[in-house]
Amino acid sequence: MAKGMREIKRSIKSTQNTKQITKAMEMVASAKLKRAQEAAVASRPYTDKIREVVASIASGGGAIKHPMLQSREIKRTAYLVVTSDRGLAGGYNANVLRKVWLTIQEKHKSPAEYDVFVIGRKGRDYFKRRGITPADEVTGLSDSPKFADIKSLAASAVKGFESGKYDELNLVYNQFYNAITQVPVIKQLLPLDQSQFTGAKASYEYEPSPEKVLDVLLPKYAETVIYSAVLEGKASEFGARMTAMGNATKNATKMIAGLTLTYNRARQAAITQEIAEIVGGANAQQ
Amino acid sequence: MSSFLLEIVTPERKVYAEDVNMVIVKGSEGEMGIMPNHIPMVTPLKIAPITIKKNNAEEKIAVGGGFLEIRKDKVVILAESAELPGDIDLARAEAAKQRAEQRLGGKKDDYDQLRAELALQRAMNRIAVKQG
Repeated sequence: MAKGMREIKRSIKSTQNTKQITKAMEMVASAKLKRAQEAAVASRPYTDKIREVVASIASGGGAIKHPMLQSREIKRTAYLVVTSDRGLAGGYNANVLRKVWLTIQEKHKSPAEYDVFVIGRKGRDYFKRRGITPADEVTGLSDSPKFADIKSLAASAVKGFESGKYDELNLVYNQFYNAITQVPVIKQLLPLDQSQFTGAKASYEYEPSPEKVLDVLLPKYAETVIYSAVLEGKASEFGARMTAMGNATKNATKMIAGLTLTYNRARQAAITQEIAEIVGGANAQQ
Repeated sequence: MSSFLLEIVTPERKVYAEDVNMVIVKGSEGEMGIMPNHIPMVTPLKIAPITIKKNNAEEKIAVGGGFLEIRKDKVVILAESAELPGDIDLARAEAAKQRAEQRLGGKKDDYDQLRAELALQRAMNRIAVKQG
């Protein structure tokens, strides 16, 4: 009996250690989530501003014609997938990767028809395991990614579209709703959807010309949309981790309670048995 | 002196938002000085320092590309990066400058050349602002 007790005690101790870790991770994630949300909000004015200016060019000069706004026949598609570097975030990576993988399987017959750009180690490893070499990758992003960190990946994806290498650029990431809900989405980034550039208020002079300004603005706009997806992805990651670790902590607590009960029963049984043995021994001597 | 609101916004945050008397920028078509009541306009910017004049004092900010929007009520600079002199690491900028110069010295393909040139511009921009 004593041996069984020691084993139970050991597993209580180990569950307690796990609980401590998951609890700490939950708290860290919730602190970081707040910061990530703030960063996502702080990036909004920039994107909004560009959208506004593009909208005013569109409303001023009638129909705008720009390669980035025109859809063409789709021969080659690029996917830009946002994942995290580390796991322990529930279904965060699995959901988004499954979504993009199913879409790829469904829409493309051969690997020549698509290319992937990957942010995050989990995503990179996932595609490498399936024999797909990402066109470009960024790993080891900090918890508050800077625009410069993803700038070159974003620029090369956008340039790929401009040069005609890709006819479509899709953004795949976890959309952040709140700390417990993150939904993986595939959004078409390029060609840009004209309908988002409406509701212009001001009219401007353009130097040197509206077309030249668009040439600069549209790629920038696309890059910032990618950046905000990365920020949103970060917020989702922390949200997912917080929820996952919260659940883990809850489960550990439950398990410890169960084990403690078993331990106490075993302890009581051992004491009872010992008394019975003593009494039995004393009776035998009379 | 009349003034207007100048905002400098990067993808990460709002770097600057203050009332100023005049701002001098280097647009894609040349330098421009903007004073209050300028006509609304939009122009891309070069990688160059901008000069802000405020109450007889001058301030410089390293702006790394982007564009300028002038509205009736305010002027907004949207830049990929914007650094006040206090934020700039001079040693790092010098190192980046040397690296870029080395790359420009060696013959490579056009894309690398372009990248090195941009890196050089950014480094010079920072150094110019830091040394005022």
